Amino acid sequence: MSVLILTDGSDASRQALTLARRFGDPVHAVHMDAVAPFAPDSLAAILQQVADELNAAAVFAAGTDRGNEVMARLAARAGLPLAANCVAVTPGAPAALTRLRWGGSLLEEARLHSPRPLITVAPHTVSIEEGPEPIDVDVARFVEELDERDLLVRASDHVAPQDGGVSLTTAKVIVSGGRGVGSKEGFAIIEELAGLLGAAVGCSRAVTSAGWRPHSDQVGQTGTKVAPEVYIACGISGATQHMAGLKGAKRILAINSDPQAPLMLNADYTVTGDLKEVVPAITAEIRKRT
Amino acid sequence: MRISACIKRVPITGGRILLTEDARAINTQHLGFTMSPHEECGVEEAVRLIEANKGDSVVLTLGPREAVEQLRDAMALGVDRGIHLQTDGREWDGEATATALVDAIRADEADHGRFDIIFFGNESADSGGFQVGIRVAYALGRACVTGLKKVTLQGASVRCEQEVEAGRDVYVVPLPAVLTVKEGLNLPRYPSVPGRMRARSKPVSVVTPIRPDPRLELVSLAVPAGQGRRAESLGSGAAAAPAVVELLRKAGVL
Amino acid sequence: MSIPAHARCVVIGCGIVGNSLAYHLTRLGWRDIVLLDKGPLPNPGGSTGHASNFIYLVDHSKEMTALTVESVRQYREMGVFVQSGGVEVARTTERLQELTRRMASANSWGIEPVAMLAPEQVKELVPYINESVILGGFYTPGVGVVDSLRAGTLMREKGQAAGALHVAPKIEVVGIDVEHGRVKRVRTTDGDIEAETVAITCGVWSPRVARMAGARIPLTPAVHQMIDIGPVPRFRGAKSDIEHPIVRDMDTNMYERQAGGDLEIGSYAHRPILYDPDDLPSVEQAALSPTEFPFTQVDFEEQMQHALELMPEIVGDESVGVKYAINGILSLTPDGMPVLGESPDVKGLWSAAAVWVKEGPGTGRAVAEWMVHGESEIDLHSSDIARFHEHQKTRAHVRARAAEGFNKTYGIVHPSEQWATNRNIRLAPFHVRERELGAVFFEAAGWERPQWYESNAPLLEEYGDRVNRRTAEWESRWWSPIINAEHLAMRERAGLFDLSAFTIFDLIGPGALASAQCAALRQVDVPVGRVVYTPVLSPNGGFKSDLTIMRLGDEHFRVVTGGAAGMSDRKWFRDQLVAGAELADMTSSMTTIGLWGPRARDILASTTSDDVSNEGFKFGTCRTIEIGTQRVLASRISYVGDLGWELYVPIEQGLRLWDALWEAGRPHGLAACGIGVYGSTGRLEKSYRAHGNELETEYNVVEAGMTAPRVKEEDFIGKAAHLRHREEEPAAILCSLTVDDHRSKGGEKRYMLGREPILTRDGKRIVDRLGRGSYVTSAGAGPSVGKHILMAYLTPAEAVVGNRLLVEYMGERYPVTVAVAGAMPLFDPENTRIRG
Repeated sequence: MSVLILTDGSDASRQALTLARRFGDPVHAVHMDAVAPFAPDSLAAILQQVADELNAAAVFAAGTDRGNEVMARLAARAGLPLAANCVAVTPGAPAALTRLRWGGSLLEEARLHSPRPLITVAPHTVSIEEGPEPIDVDVARFVEELDERDLLVRASDHVAPQDGGVSLTTAKVIVSGGRGVGSKEGFAIIEELAGLLGAAVGCSRAVTSAGWRPHSDQVGQTGTKVAPEVYIACGISGATQHMAGLKGAKRILAINSDPQAPLMLNADYTVTGDLKEVVPAITAEIRKRT
Repeated sequence: MRISACIKRVPITGGRILLTEDARAINTQHLGFTMSPHEECGVEEAVRLIEANKGDSVVLTLGPREAVEQLRDAMALGVDRGIHLQTDGREWDGEATATALVDAIRADEADHGRFDIIFFGNESADSGGFQVGIRVAYALGRACVTGLKKVTLQGASVRCEQEVEAGRDVYVVPLPAVLTVKEGLNLPRYPSVPGRMRARSKPVSVVTPIRPDPRLELVSLAVPAGQGRRAESLGSGAAAAPAVVELLRKAGVL
Repeated sequence: MSIPAHARCVVIGCGIVGNSLAYHLTRLGWRDIVLLDKGPLPNPGGSTGHASNFIYLVDHSKEMTALTVESVRQYREMGVFVQSGGVEVARTTERLQELTRRMASANSWGIEPVAMLAPEQVKELVPYINESVILGGFYTPGVGVVDSLRAGTLMREKGQAAGALHVAPKIEVVGIDVEHGRVKRVRTTDGDIEAETVAITCGVWSPRVARMAGARIPLTPAVHQMIDIGPVPRFRGAKSDIEHPIVRDMDTNMYERQAGGDLEIGSYAHRPILYDPDDLPSVEQAALSPTEFPFTQVDFEEQMQHALELMPEIVGDESVGVKYAINGILSLTPDGMPVLGESPDVKGLWSAAAVWVKEGPGTGRAVAEWMVHGESEIDLHSSDIARFHEHQKTRAHVRARAAEGFNKTYGIVHPSEQWATNRNIRLAPFHVRERELGAVFFEAAGWERPQWYESNAPLLEEYGDRVNRRTAEWESRWWSPIINAEHLAMRERAGLFDLSAFTIFDLIGPGALASAQCAALRQVDVPVGRVVYTPVLSPNGGFKSDLTIMRLGDEHFRVVTGGAAGMSDRKWFRDQLVAGAELADMTSSMTTIGLWGPRARDILASTTSDDVSNEGFKFGTCRTIEIGTQRVLASRISYVGDLGWELYVPIEQGLRLWDALWEAGRPHGLAACGIGVYGSTGRLEKSYRAHGNELETEYNVVEAGMTAPRVKEEDFIGKAAHLRHREEEPAAILCSLTVDDHRSKGGEKRYMLGREPILTRDGKRIVDRLGRGSYVTSAGAGPSVGKHILMAYLTPAEAVVGNRLLVEYMGERYPVTVAVAGAMPLFDPENTRIRG
């Protein structure tokens, strides 16, 4: 039996492909940009028709925002269950799978009772395996026949990101502050160090909730998920909410006066002490050397 | 105008999640509860829209008896009333949750008129299914836009900004609509004491939907291996600065 | 990090108490102290870490006030105290009256300055208060907030700088080994420490740690709710954490304090929420800290209303949000006092638990003194861990009383107020008879004791105007004029008293005499059959206790003491046992009935063929007589100042003895008399002192007027100090005073109940050269002398018979006169009655 995948050509999609192959052969692919501008209901409509025509054993997509969104719409219109953000799947009736909960802080073993499993694969959790490339589905005829209602929701405009410093998602270094920074003004020393390092400034949810930093600086499960070379966490306790955003960080340096803070236990490097002393000392040390 | 927000009761996890002995749930013996963070912004947005446009706001949740606390939390922020889809505390999958919500929303709309906007969080903090809002929208035949960081009313339409990798995509959809939002949409207010007091006497209607067998069936939970790195101490206080700089140099970021 | 293999003392718990205790031990010269905590520093996660950290100075308890004042002194010295002032506000007239009592306590304990404020004056100090809902306030300018974590760090650092203290965080105690009843070593996750002494200072976890050594620390973790609201527009730009007085809204069991830009609201008003020490989460399990539990909004609903009423400007501000809310965990004990001292269960195992931030450093110091010197400067008898009777250490009792006491945190507690829960624990064998007689029971050490008998109401008619009536509700509470009528019946005919609550223990064996001598001030090497009333002194010559000792044989002494001090007295004697002596607790083997009054001899004689004549049975002697088939140990002494005996029989025969005496007494007009007579009216007329009232470690024998002509040759605890005291001019003299005029400004007669300040005629506090202020140690009626009697220590200059002074009561001052300077009785000064 064949399998269908919604792909955008990214690594995340290739990871999804790796798991999709276990459900059948060949794998057919519908591209995320099949409808432009992006119209998720249309994509879902197309996927549904293609899957029906192919009698696909399963439909896969990457567990990206768009992948999850389109697959949820497919699930809703097809009346099927959806398992989002899976990291392992075994075909069967039911299919057995492992998926992420709590932004990756927990793993759930689950059974998916479905004639056609709909599965998204959590990015960066599966090793890409080589195999036959998927067969691209020609979607032109489906696009032509799209119902007007499925075009109601479509991206009609784009707002460019605000020009403000280094982006958290692409930064090589992030200097991040938590409740321990103490105040809005307290971030001056964080910004100073970040400026010196060409780093982005990040923060924890406690900080945005207190209104000290904009939400765009927030790293975590409900903020930005980051992947820097070095993540410097200053006065951040390290709740699971925050740690969920750090899974891609290569090295974590934690600075905290409480050596038992969860982040201190989950870091690669630690400095025990008051960030108000440690951070300016690092800044001074860098200045001294350059 | 009529706005509703759907929320989910979740535990406030600390630094480490502990599971129950049967590994089917989080051990919440020592934990408090809240609504999912994205949903706080949905509630805040609902309150702001009603404050600006007058009308009626309703908060819905599906959850155990105690989930009424989260309804009261939302009402303390200004939502007018609550609908509690009370469960016995067992896990409901996204599909079943959406079905029950649709029934409750239809019933409420039959009595009070159509909701112009129904807010959901983009995904719940705990199960992260990414689907309940979308399923509800489909069942009600309404437009649904997801992952929103900005919502602006434009007459009979709503302009939505969705977070994407490079900036934001803009959608304009007619009302009524279902919008799933993300944290950062707004900065939710803290409840005031008068707000909390008003919440006590706001009405909450209770329905008890029947739980179908889940088609996405939770079997067990596990804490992923590899949590807890072996931290290397670079020292204490300001004296650790040279070691930190050395680390940055070695990492090639200096 | 390695821990030492040996320690003079292992202190377990780095909260405010452990830090203070460890520091003070080093200050007093101990070295090799190890201070452990399973949590990290500086905040290991206990109650200190989330405490609201404010300190009110005045408490009705002298002991608690002393500990608090000493704590503030230390906090000030460390520079971690910010004085803010504090106002306790009244919403009701009853509370306003209570605030005048607090004013009196402030004067008694020397807390100055303090003031009663009108609502407008409160408003001037706390501009955001709604003065229309209050009737007034009690203002203590010396109230303030402290940084208790910083204080802890400073104290640790001082101990470490002295090279005497090893601090080891993140080490958990997994066991405490006890050998031969003595603590031997502490086992930890990082290895064992051989320990000479161990101090448990880990707050809510203390019972759990004590249990490792087989010891009990009776406390329960309980919830205190706290919310933080802000930002408060009025506090914007606040320069310090606190710039306005802390308000205690006493009638709603709440407090409101500025915390920087926010307002913190705390409550003791909710239902008691108790936990088991075993149920507390570990550092890892806890979302915040192990003692910060999720807030339960449902328990705080009414409190929001109350806070809104009192501070509508802030609490009613829609822009001010609830930013933080917790159920904080603190320690409660069955009687509301801390649990301090060496465990009676294990030698060398010390407790300093159930201590709040406000009394932390003072307690640390006091317990350190106790450990090093054998006694503390502040008398800690109300906090002594040894005070608990067995049933009082049970989980059920701790929880029941802690729950009942919780809502009294800011309560108006009458000095005689009785507990409602967990009653009828210990019943006298004649309890059934007492019930039949309409006894009104008060509790002592778990015993139900008749305070008076309603069936004696006809005596009121009989004695008419000689019985003083009270009209004011406060003094009538927990009181009946029947007490005075029973007193008169006893003085004129005879009274029968239930003395079951005595604690009785025997010293037996070749070492019995030496053991008794060691504890007793008086000579107890007396002929068999003699009864000795004796003070028991502390090392510094203060009163540890007072009790009677009967010599029943060459190697057999029976010690009889009150129920309240019974357990700590037993520990004291046990600690002094020399080789060849054993202590046997007879409390639950013997029951005691008192028979006193001019007809007592006639009554007793009619029940026995033994010689009970004055010649045949002299005062101060004891022996066994036969009453029917019963062998009764009769002891001819009296605490009510009348002819008669204490009669001891095996507990199962008590009912029979009661019935025999009752039957024999009827022709003589015998009245059942309550403890109202025994503990108050009878003894006050006779100037008899009571432990915990007049007799405390802070006063000595000479001051109490109890100096004997000679001091025994044998050594005893406190002897050197006592000899010194005999050479010195006493700094104070215990006096009996009588009230000259009871009429208040409103024309109602008022009667003091005790602990009120005694002032000079021009209203000044009387303070002796040691800094001790004069206050009423005991107060009560003297029906036979027709006066209301007050006892108080006065300076020698004021302790002059006929000297006219003032007593402050309920915000007014009443004239009093010194009737006796010293121990001379007001009634029957020649003691002809007891000796006749």
